[in-house]
Amino acid sequence: MIAYALKRIGTALPVLFGVVVAVFLLPRVVGGDPCRAVLGPRATAVSCQQFAEANGLDQPVFQQFLTYMGNILRGDFGESIKFSRPVMEVLFERLPLTTELALSALLLAIAIGIPLGVAAARWHNSPVDVATMAFANVGVSMPIFWLGLMLSYLFAVVLGDTWLALPPTGRFSAGLAPQPFYEVWGWTITDTSFGGGLLRFLSRFAIFNTLISAQWAELKDGLQHLVLPTVALSTIPMAVIARMTRSSLLDVLGQDYVRTAAAKGARQPRVIRRHALRNALLPVVTIIGLQLGALLGGAVLTETIFSLAGIGTALFDAIDTRDFPIVQGFTLFIASTYVVVNLLVDLSYGYLDPRVRLQ
Amino acid sequence: MSGFGTGGDQVDGQVTSVRAEETSDELMEDATSVWRLAMQRFFRRKLGVLGLVIVSTLAIIALTAPIIAPYDPIQQLDRVEGSDVARRDAPSSEHLLGLDSNARDQLSRIIYGARLSLPLGVSIVLVAIMIGASIGAIAGYFGGWLDTILMRMMDVILGFPALVLAIAIAYVLGNAIQNVLIAVAVVTLPQYARVMRASVLSIKEVDFVAASEALGASPWRMLRTRILPNALTPLIVLGTLGIAGAILEAAALSFLGLGAQPPTPEWGSMLAQEYTLIRTYPHLVIYPGLAIMVTVLGFNLLGDGLRDALDPSLNE
Repeated sequence: MIAYALKRIGTALPVLFGVVVAVFLLPRVVGGDPCRAVLGPRATAVSCQQFAEANGLDQPVFQQFLTYMGNILRGDFGESIKFSRPVMEVLFERLPLTTELALSALLLAIAIGIPLGVAAARWHNSPVDVATMAFANVGVSMPIFWLGLMLSYLFAVVLGDTWLALPPTGRFSAGLAPQPFYEVWGWTITDTSFGGGLLRFLSRFAIFNTLISAQWAELKDGLQHLVLPTVALSTIPMAVIARMTRSSLLDVLGQDYVRTAAAKGARQPRVIRRHALRNALLPVVTIIGLQLGALLGGAVLTETIFSLAGIGTALFDAIDTRDFPIVQGFTLFIASTYVVVNLLVDLSYGYLDPRVRLQ
Repeated sequence: MSGFGTGGDQVDGQVTSVRAEETSDELMEDATSVWRLAMQRFFRRKLGVLGLVIVSTLAIIALTAPIIAPYDPIQQLDRVEGSDVARRDAPSSEHLLGLDSNARDQLSRIIYGARLSLPLGVSIVLVAIMIGASIGAIAGYFGGWLDTILMRMMDVILGFPALVLAIAIAYVLGNAIQNVLIAVAVVTLPQYARVMRASVLSIKEVDFVAASEALGASPWRMLRTRILPNALTPLIVLGTLGIAGAILEAAALSFLGLGAQPPTPEWGSMLAQEYTLIRTYPHLVIYPGLAIMVTVLGFNLLGDGLRDALDPSLNE
């Protein structure tokens, strides 16, 4: 296992390094004038000179890269032009919302996708199977920004006066602002301390915050606001997971050891649960890891539709205002997260299935 | 089967002798019947045929847009003299899908949108296949450090969530439809490179390839006559599915304001312009999105059907 882990980490590190190089080189390879791209087309020669000096653009590219690399390793992603604050600060302010959204979408996708796939394989070629595959086909073809809009129209306008009504935008209803849990508990935190920063960061996880501080009305409201974005974001991963579970389980159900289990007299549900599913789910685990990419990309679209102040909307706004440091820093952060999560998924895969380690 | 070894050998022997008598004409017929068989398999599957119908219909719509579109997609109809229409008019018999915020006929815009999205999706995939397959072929054929470097570069691209990398590239290149083409083509390169490399690697080991190499066939000839025909099936299947993904990503980029710019009739950008009005004017949001979904669905179904038909080994 250790040899496998080292080998897998050994392939992830160059990719991670390559990601940094790519994000660093992207604006430089493409050319154009970074100064006017950042400061606007009407920037004067003097301000461009100052801009180049301030950002080290007058130095050789290799030198620039070393500086960039060093800054990143120290957690310095530059400064946002629009907010005039460190990119890292904006990132950590926005991260909790996106994390909550992505995690709940992933959980929903797994919780529905796997049972759907199992049912489709169990009753192969039945109406259940046909319906699952129809859902999967439509699901992977869905522009989720449009699905999100349709959902909010359906639940906020068409069903707006029924008990099924759900809020279409925002994280909480207007006028409802949950207190940070540490304030509820009467803790005073200093602005600059690391512990204070950590508590503030944790308190931005809305569900976690309202739950542990027993702000029930806010918790309910927060959960209601999370439903539609979660459903929209989970659709594609759910379709992919259902499809993968189905084909993988069908594959395993055709194998000899499954027939042996059935021949011993085990009933179909038991054969699936005890024998087939364990093997069938292994490729599904890999697919789930890869779905994180769809979730992170989809978060940009989903948050925009539902006016949620997460990483995605920050990126969207940054595109609009041409806030380059945010685009660069966020891209790097999202890509590194993706690489690291897929590494972890592969490691767990190798842990669960010894055959993988030997390949 | 091993228990019936002798019998099996006899059958094999007969088959071999029959094979030996076949003329090259019959072999040619064999090759075409592979495609005929694939066609038969394809048309037996309803979903694949449905995909083909959707895609062909869209292609016809795109080709005949100037004829079938009832109005000019750019013209603001409330400025036409003597017109009695207003901005955001709901669907009516005059304007089947209503008018948008600039009083343009939405049906015409959606029809013209096909003229943009379809060729865009196809060109993205063609560019990605041309570059990706070349990279894969070079990596697989020459091997060694070149292989390592090229495929590591592909890994780096795959290290990004596709849409996020496409956003970054399109952002740096600037808002324009051709930059969407580049951005989406780049993020989808690796899959074609991998398929091509795998085909090259598997075919390099086969005796008849070693034989033609020994006979002095040039790398280009090897690629054309030996490797490409073998890689064609997976490239066709991946490419068709790739068009679906490319159209979806291109629409997402346009929705984010990175692609087609107004007043170009592009589905994603139409949504971006009107989506805040969904509560009051839902028709402005429903139809452009529906157009995207149906198009993507069509290519996905067609791709799945082709995969089932061309590569029976993948059948469940």
